[in-house]
Amino acid sequence: MRVAFLGATKGMGRALARLMAERGDTMYLLGRNDVDLERSAADLSVRGAGDSVRWAVCDLDQPEMFVPAIAAAREALGGLDAVVVTAGMFATQEELELDPALTERLLRIDFSNTVVFCEVAKKALLEEGGGALCVFSSVAGERGRKPVILYGAAKAGLTHYLEGLDHKHHADGLRVVTVKPGFVKTTMTAGLEPPPFAGEPEAVARRVLRAIDRGTPVVYAPSPWRLIMAVIRALPRVIMRRINF
Amino acid sequence: MSADVHLSRGLGRSYGDASLPPEDQPDVLNTTFADRILSLDEETGRFRAESGLALSELNRLLMPRGYFAPVSPGTKFVTLGGMVAADVHGKNQHNAGNFGNHVTSLKMRVADGRVLECSPGQHPDLFRATIGGMGLTGHILEVEFGLGQIPSQWIWQENRRIHDIDEFQDALEDASQQWPYTMGWIDCLARGKNMGRGILTTGRWADADQAPSQPPKQGLQPSLRFDWPSWVLNGLTIRVFNELFYRKQWRRHSSGIVNYEPFYYPLDALRSWNRMYGKRGFTQYQCVLPREAGRGSARRVLEVLTARGGASFLCVIKDFGRESRGVLSFPRPGITLALDIAVRDDTQELIDALNEQVLQEGGRVYLAKDSFTRREHFEAMEGPRLDEFRAIRDRWDPNRRFRSAQSVRLLGD
Repeated sequence: MRVAFLGATKGMGRALARLMAERGDTMYLLGRNDVDLERSAADLSVRGAGDSVRWAVCDLDQPEMFVPAIAAAREALGGLDAVVVTAGMFATQEELELDPALTERLLRIDFSNTVVFCEVAKKALLEEGGGALCVFSSVAGERGRKPVILYGAAKAGLTHYLEGLDHKHHADGLRVVTVKPGFVKTTMTAGLEPPPFAGEPEAVARRVLRAIDRGTPVVYAPSPWRLIMAVIRALPRVIMRRINF
Repeated sequence: MSADVHLSRGLGRSYGDASLPPEDQPDVLNTTFADRILSLDEETGRFRAESGLALSELNRLLMPRGYFAPVSPGTKFVTLGGMVAADVHGKNQHNAGNFGNHVTSLKMRVADGRVLECSPGQHPDLFRATIGGMGLTGHILEVEFGLGQIPSQWIWQENRRIHDIDEFQDALEDASQQWPYTMGWIDCLARGKNMGRGILTTGRWADADQAPSQPPKQGLQPSLRFDWPSWVLNGLTIRVFNELFYRKQWRRHSSGIVNYEPFYYPLDALRSWNRMYGKRGFTQYQCVLPREAGRGSARRVLEVLTARGGASFLCVIKDFGRESRGVLSFPRPGITLALDIAVRDDTQELIDALNEQVLQEGGRVYLAKDSFTRREHFEAMEGPRLDEFRAIRDRWDPNRRFRSAQSVRLLGD
């Protein structure tokens, strides 16, 4: 598989890219930080992704980079079978409420710019005759909840966009995989108290890779979160107003 | 992040307080997200990675390609940074030395905030103090070392029954002439003429034509999910376990091909095995007794243990061949004993008594295991080595930015 990967340097993206490397997939890395990209490229290369894994800087905060980045990936890989987006931004509800500029930035990165990136990726994949577009949304987008009102709103928008994309382009060979991670122990959540059913990035990565291979449209990871979110969705408003989940 | 914090830790498997922060600086940097491989030279085996890479991951990735860490401790749940900081040794200490003997270069963040490379040729004082320096010289960011090559993932192992402690010391010395890997298990409850009876295990990598064609399978990974009540491990159960373990080796001699996992990492097979010791946990006491102390040294230390009614669930013996390169590295030529001791009200007195004896033998203790040694004992054991360590810290970290609960206890930081 030839994969353009936005966000392979950290957390779940790092774990997923490693699984792909170990089975011999070839990858082109996109990300914000060149030092990190170079180190991750070396790591993935020793793990099996081929002699030299290539990379380019592509910042989700700079949409003008998206078209050249995807084009560079396509050229370097000699085509494209999948695009993975694990990049994103997180801030706690408290931090966001105190800082409107931070809120604006989070909404832009996690929603509008991610959607714009997916539009570019979608176009490239359709030109290739189809492929997998795997994007990390979040269980936070399942329902408006007190601890993740703003982050959740951005992820809810992203989830809806991806669902629409699946409906429209499934017949064209585009396999949209929406990943909804629950709490996973990564650098993003470092410092937060892990709840029950907190997952490890490696386990999430295994589920996601299976979903990409099979074209499963929606993946909850770790798996108990599917049930947890079903319960949360069913709770009446009077209860949601009282609990802090 | 390493700019603000005063101590790094890896997987936190050292038995003592080395990776715990001092009370007044409660933050510790967890390195396990810094786990990327940076280079592997397939010709020479020269390997470089970020310091949070775990040995378990290294084994999983590189053993199928014929590489193995030149030195491996008794658990694979250890990071490269931890292997440097504790300057770990393994069953091949008598010929391969310590992990530190194979390290070619380290990238560090030192107290003044600089990130720099140190090696035998570049800042050699910092390099030598960092190997075995328990994280007190700076944050270890990257580790470069030479991987060993192996013919298969299987071990040709021989086990031999040993009747007492003196025979053990001789047998280990003989075995070290012929075998790359040696270690012994001792029944710590046997007294009198049986004192120190046990099983000597020796091994070497099986050649490709001796080994099964399939790589070892990953078996079940059971795990203890809760702390056992403290009465479970009592004098009787420990006695029964030790007796059974000894009887298992009912033949004088046995041999065969085994998977490297149970050979190297017998305790890793049962995840969270430490919960057996209940809420209060256990401590490990590991000391080395120099060759000059003579044949009876191990017996004299075991006598201190048994005289105090101390029961060790697990007791391991191994010979050391040479000193390592670190200023405070643990090994020296002689014999080492490692005792697992459940923590009870009198544990401090027991460790004090053991340390008094070790001091008389001219030995020292292993900081990666220690949580009870008193400062005056430590200073008496280390003498001039400690002075050198302090002098190097004075040069690189005069304000003692890097501290741990252990350094507060043993170095008075």
